[in-house]
Amino acid sequence: MSSANSAHSVVEPSFTSKRIAGAIVILYALITLIPLVWIFLTSIKSPPDSISYPPKIVFTPSLEGYCNLLTTRTRQTPEYIASLPEPTGTCDEVTRKRNMVIAGPSNFLPRFVNSLVIAFGSTFLAVLLGTMAAYGFSRFRVPLADDLLFFILSTRMMPPIAVAIPIYLMYRELGLSDTALGMILLYTAVNVSLAVWLLKGFIDEIPREYEEAAMIDGYTRLQAFRKVVLPQATTGIAATAIFCLIFAWNEYAFAALLTSGSAQTAPPFIPTIIGEGGQDWPAVAAGTTIFLIPILVFTILLRKQLLRGITFGAVRK
Amino acid sequence: MNISNSIVEKAADATAKVTPISVVRRVRGLSDRAIAWLFIAPAIVLLLAINIFPLIWAIYLSFTNYRANRPNAAVEGVGLRNYERVLTDPDIWQAMQTTAHFVFWTIVLQTVIGFTLAYLIDRKFRGHAFWTTVILIPMMLSPAVVGNFWRFLYEPQIGLFAYAVSWLSGIPTSDIRMLGDVSLAPWAIIIVDTWMWTPYVMLICLAGLRSIPDYIYEAAEVDRASAWRQFWSITVPMALPFIMLAVLFRGIENFKMFDMVTLLTGGGPGSVTEVASITLKRAAFESWATGRASAFAIVLFVAVFGLANIYVKALNKVKQR
Repeated sequence: MSSANSAHSVVEPSFTSKRIAGAIVILYALITLIPLVWIFLTSIKSPPDSISYPPKIVFTPSLEGYCNLLTTRTRQTPEYIASLPEPTGTCDEVTRKRNMVIAGPSNFLPRFVNSLVIAFGSTFLAVLLGTMAAYGFSRFRVPLADDLLFFILSTRMMPPIAVAIPIYLMYRELGLSDTALGMILLYTAVNVSLAVWLLKGFIDEIPREYEEAAMIDGYTRLQAFRKVVLPQATTGIAATAIFCLIFAWNEYAFAALLTSGSAQTAPPFIPTIIGEGGQDWPAVAAGTTIFLIPILVFTILLRKQLLRGITFGAVRK
Repeated sequence: MNISNSIVEKAADATAKVTPISVVRRVRGLSDRAIAWLFIAPAIVLLLAINIFPLIWAIYLSFTNYRANRPNAAVEGVGLRNYERVLTDPDIWQAMQTTAHFVFWTIVLQTVIGFTLAYLIDRKFRGHAFWTTVILIPMMLSPAVVGNFWRFLYEPQIGLFAYAVSWLSGIPTSDIRMLGDVSLAPWAIIIVDTWMWTPYVMLICLAGLRSIPDYIYEAAEVDRASAWRQFWSITVPMALPFIMLAVLFRGIENFKMFDMVTLLTGGGPGSVTEVASITLKRAAFESWATGRASAFAIVLFVAVFGLANIYVKALNKVKQR
């Protein structure tokens, strides 16, 4: 911290101080990436390689983790396996080397599809309802608007488990427990408060004069909203959508308590991937890798919107 | 034809311009009031159904002896007995202390590291935008899924973490039982939380640093203020509201801490990492003491809400300075 020059000084900061700052930041970035690199490396290790000591950095890649993630297997005698016809694929071969045969597909893919359906469904709904409500709060005098908004946001201060107790009972009565619809509604409700807050900020920035002008030109209020406000608010809507998506994609507590089978999402499922003798780490790492990729791609593609959203629009372009 | 058309248009334009907007609105379709209601109602209805109604139900349950695993048993009101039990239960006070311990250390570490990083990034070295994005990655990931994998990193014999620490410090790996050792387990969680959420604090601090106008520094420069002096009398005070905001968000989040602790330690070894949310989960979904768990949930909510309110008042004071 005790550098000779301030970054803002009239005299340009010296080349060295910038380089030292850069070096420290890059070092930190590389250290934080180690666990993520390790997840990927573990996913392409064979089980014996994954638990060797010292940890292996150089190894022969294997698809066993991914095979184990996607299949269920049964142990068989070597004689029985020898009597089988030729293996039909990589996974078949790998499994037979361990004296096992593939019994069928595992639950990972259905769980992953559940995650997709629930995350995108709830994001779409939260952004739709959030945009409408934010426009309402932003453009009309709503009685008690500030209290209402603060109250909406304060619902997020509850620990999820606390909310889950009555939700669990309510869903049990309504037959919504362990259904995708129940999870979509719940995540929408959790996200809508944030969506309204964020979007109200974005819509407040769009000058009212545009709508007024459009309405004088003969648009109705709804047309003005659709043709004037919405196009202007696209960036804000995108930023909000990413936040809702990340929350719904990553959520664990509600999913673990309210889903068990048909609507279970990937986060509660991945920790339950068990091999013989505890967690099957290559398979867990494979599931984790597949699960993290969509969010990584989103983060990198939409970093600008993310930055705006996180700082509530405080960072101007 | 053209001429007459344009005259008509001009006339229409002129008429439109002199018509008061309120009249225009009344003439066409839905009134603003109806639209305001139509636009706000769906979100409010959903929140009422899935946030507020359950909350009210939880308040009601907290005064009863209801048990969720016996839906047909007669429900009796027990007055304030649940609250009495919650507030006198030593386990619950222990859990609150554990939670406070986590909140304190995660905030201290994340603020110090996050602010330092933001300060360094704000010097705009080459490639700073790219490296900022790289640093953000951990906070985008699922705390549960990644936390679960950290268990593997923490394995004393085969895990990378123990191996790296032992390689750096010379302590044998068998002594680095991050999840099994009573004194190390809380730190195992604090490390993962800090790894995940420091970028978040960094971002908010960065927003704060970028909100400081350059001319203030230029004036200080003219006054020959040292860099150290500029840092303590300009940078820190001006970024303080942002730092406080980051602390508020992290404080609320970590008060609710559940996913990561559940998957890393499950509250163990013993109960040294049993935070409030885990105690609550055990009361509600293992002991099935729904009434008592609801009372505890309400107490937690009131505590967070009260603390957050006091804090926001302090934050506003800082902002007005």
